[in-house]
Amino acid sequence: MLRVSDLHAKVEEQEILKGVDLEVKAGEVHAVMGPNGSGKSTLAQVLAGKEDYEITAGSLELDGEDLQEMAPEERAHAGLFLAFQYPVEIPGVGNSYFLKAAVNANRKARGESELDAMDFLKLLRERATLVDVDEALLRRPVNDGFSGGEKKRNEILQMAVLEPRLAVLDETDSGLDIDALKTVAAGVNALRAENRAFVVITHYQRLLNYIVPDHVHVLLDGRIVRSGGSELAHELEEKGYGGFDGARAEA
Amino acid sequence: MPTATDTIEALTERDYEYGFVTDVEQDTAPPGLSEEIIAFISAKKNEPQWLLDWRLQAYRGWLKMAEPTWANVRYEPVDYQSICYYAAPKSDDDRPKSLDEIDPEILATYEKLGIPLKEQEMLAGVAVDAVFDSVSVATTFREKLAELGVIFCSFSEAVQDHPELVRKYLGTVVPRRDNFFAALNSAVFSDGSFVYIPKGVRCPMELSTYFRINAMNTGQFERTLIIADEGSYVSYLEGCTAPMRDENQLHAAVVELVAHEDAQIKYSTVQNWYPGDKEGVGGIYNFVTKRGLCEGRRSKISWTQVETGSAVTWKYPSCILRGDDSVGEFYSVAVSNNRQQADTGTKMIHVGKRTSSTIISKGISAGEGQNTYRGSVRILRSAEDARNFSQCDSMLIGDRCGAHTFPYIDVANPTAQMEHEASTSKIGEDQIFYCNQRGIDTEDAVSMIVNGFCKEVFRELPMEFAVEAQKLLEVSLEGSVG
Ligand SMILES: Nc1ncnc2c1ncn2[C@@H]1O[C@H](COP(=O)(O)OP(=O)(O)O)[C@@H](O)[C@H]1O
Ligand SMILES: [Mg+2]
Repeated sequence: MLRVSDLHAKVEEQEILKGVDLEVKAGEVHAVMGPNGSGKSTLAQVLAGKEDYEITAGSLELDGEDLQEMAPEERAHAGLFLAFQYPVEIPGVGNSYFLKAAVNANRKARGESELDAMDFLKLLRERATLVDVDEALLRRPVNDGFSGGEKKRNEILQMAVLEPRLAVLDETDSGLDIDALKTVAAGVNALRAENRAFVVITHYQRLLNYIVPDHVHVLLDGRIVRSGGSELAHELEEKGYGGFDGARAEA
Repeated sequence: MPTATDTIEALTERDYEYGFVTDVEQDTAPPGLSEEIIAFISAKKNEPQWLLDWRLQAYRGWLKMAEPTWANVRYEPVDYQSICYYAAPKSDDDRPKSLDEIDPEILATYEKLGIPLKEQEMLAGVAVDAVFDSVSVATTFREKLAELGVIFCSFSEAVQDHPELVRKYLGTVVPRRDNFFAALNSAVFSDGSFVYIPKGVRCPMELSTYFRINAMNTGQFERTLIIADEGSYVSYLEGCTAPMRDENQLHAAVVELVAHEDAQIKYSTVQNWYPGDKEGVGGIYNFVTKRGLCEGRRSKISWTQVETGSAVTWKYPSCILRGDDSVGEFYSVAVSNNRQQADTGTKMIHVGKRTSSTIISKGISAGEGQNTYRGSVRILRSAEDARNFSQCDSMLIGDRCGAHTFPYIDVANPTAQMEHEASTSKIGEDQIFYCNQRGIDTEDAVSMIVNGFCKEVFRELPMEFAVEAQKLLEVSLEGSVG
């Protein structure tokens, strides 16, 4: 589904990604772990098409299509979803209004008929229950005045409503207490499906107790220095990222 | 007691009763401004002597005034002697017969705004019998109002049919020599609206200039007077969202509102004058004086405006809060795109006890647009326990535009409670990217973000007007990010 090959990207003349390879197949959950500043968010933003980052080498493909040829909204229409590490506030725009606009923009782009207010509300309610989001949150402006935890849950709600093919979750777990973490994980698990894949970016191993990944990758200084199964996360938990310095030196 | 000067002025004025040379049979006055021309206008309209005198007084005041330069706007100087101050309304023969004769570009905008065909015809000035349906709507509408004793007519009609009311109130809120543009308007005003709501009547419908087809072409010097008698209520809508083109570049309107005890006036404007092309050529200069007097106790006046047009806007709807416990409100959205310049805001003058005012201003600048908020809140000595809340937010789209805020506060009574909030935000690339990532394209994202920004103002507008205003904002900002 997703194929990232030898990806190099820079921001403000500084190279951040220094040759990343990643292949994600339908139905899989991949975890990307790494310390602060290793380039995790950069990878996520580059996938979503943020302009600030310049791709200097390598390629990005979603279902065989070159992502670099697509505008950010076209990538969304193709089924790519990014849960932001720092969700953006849009004052005055109702959360459910925003979601309806998003759902219908996607449906329109895919040649499907737009949902009317009733059908949308039904979908929204159902998904809000699935990911355990309070209805009051739907009436408030997008992320405006939300607590850290509410913002993260809102990202998961949006994901549940938009039903992406590939969801990239950028540190959705950070800043959450254990209960919130469990709800977020439960939401993700409820959406796991054969035709859907996840890339879960995290700093801590904690989340991976609840979302068990098929593959784990360690990102250090813009490179994936090691890949393995879910046991790799536990190894990291014990050794810390320091243990991978050697690997970085070799890479 | 009339002073000696008054008497002399009155005597000299009398000469003009017969003194003019311009032929009254003519349909248009020659360009230029003089006492003669003013007398010609007044005679054309069959006005009483006192009104002619009033106009002449204004004119003499105007001659001694200088055009204000303090506003943060720049424009070519206006040659007041090259303007034609009177033109008879166009007869049906001169009007377009159907929409086929209208500039396709204007029609395209009507389409974008979703304006129904009949209304398009009306707006484009198609001959009246071609829009017969709308006329009959207007007639039933008027009959209903008459039953309640509500007077809603053109200013010229009011001068003929209700001279005592016009004479009693004209110039009581905006004195004829109030400022350069108001004085000019007072001297030469063409036409406008007149509204009187009798005691205790709640006007059952929104009064809109829109329904007075015959007064659509009120010319460049519009005059409006609205009086709400004790305990009455009226909501008045001015303008429309369709782009208004006009051969006259300069517009200097005056609006006066008077609210008596327990009366409420809600005045909403959605204005979309032609802003000029991308270089700003040919746009309208809009210099307006709007002021409301909360005369009685517990009276209330609310101004809500959405300004997207004009090349240059100079406009400060204000409230004089004279009655104890009276309330003034100002809600404004002003957009300047391309080369547009807007200098707008409000004045709240607190005179009575426990008077309160609210100011919510949202300025949006895009392209090379310059948007200035200029507001003044004055709490006089007499205004015990007055309150004001002001909030001025600016939004910048792109980095060639500008936002400026000049709040003036003058408090002469220490019991006043003042609150002021201000913010400037750049429409975030992050916000747009976030919307894009959810599948929403940039154009839709911008209009969504901007509408969110203006929400507090839009919710003050009557429902249908609010919907139109949102669409209008979309159209005005089209292509501003990109
Ligand atoms: N927009 C940006 N401008 C400048 N530097 C950036 C920008 N985005 C990321 N960086 C830099 O790139 C490096 C990687 O950042 P990031 O991808 O956010 O790491 P992570 O998400 O793994 O913590 C950091 O050194 C960070 O300072
Ligand atoms: Mg990060």
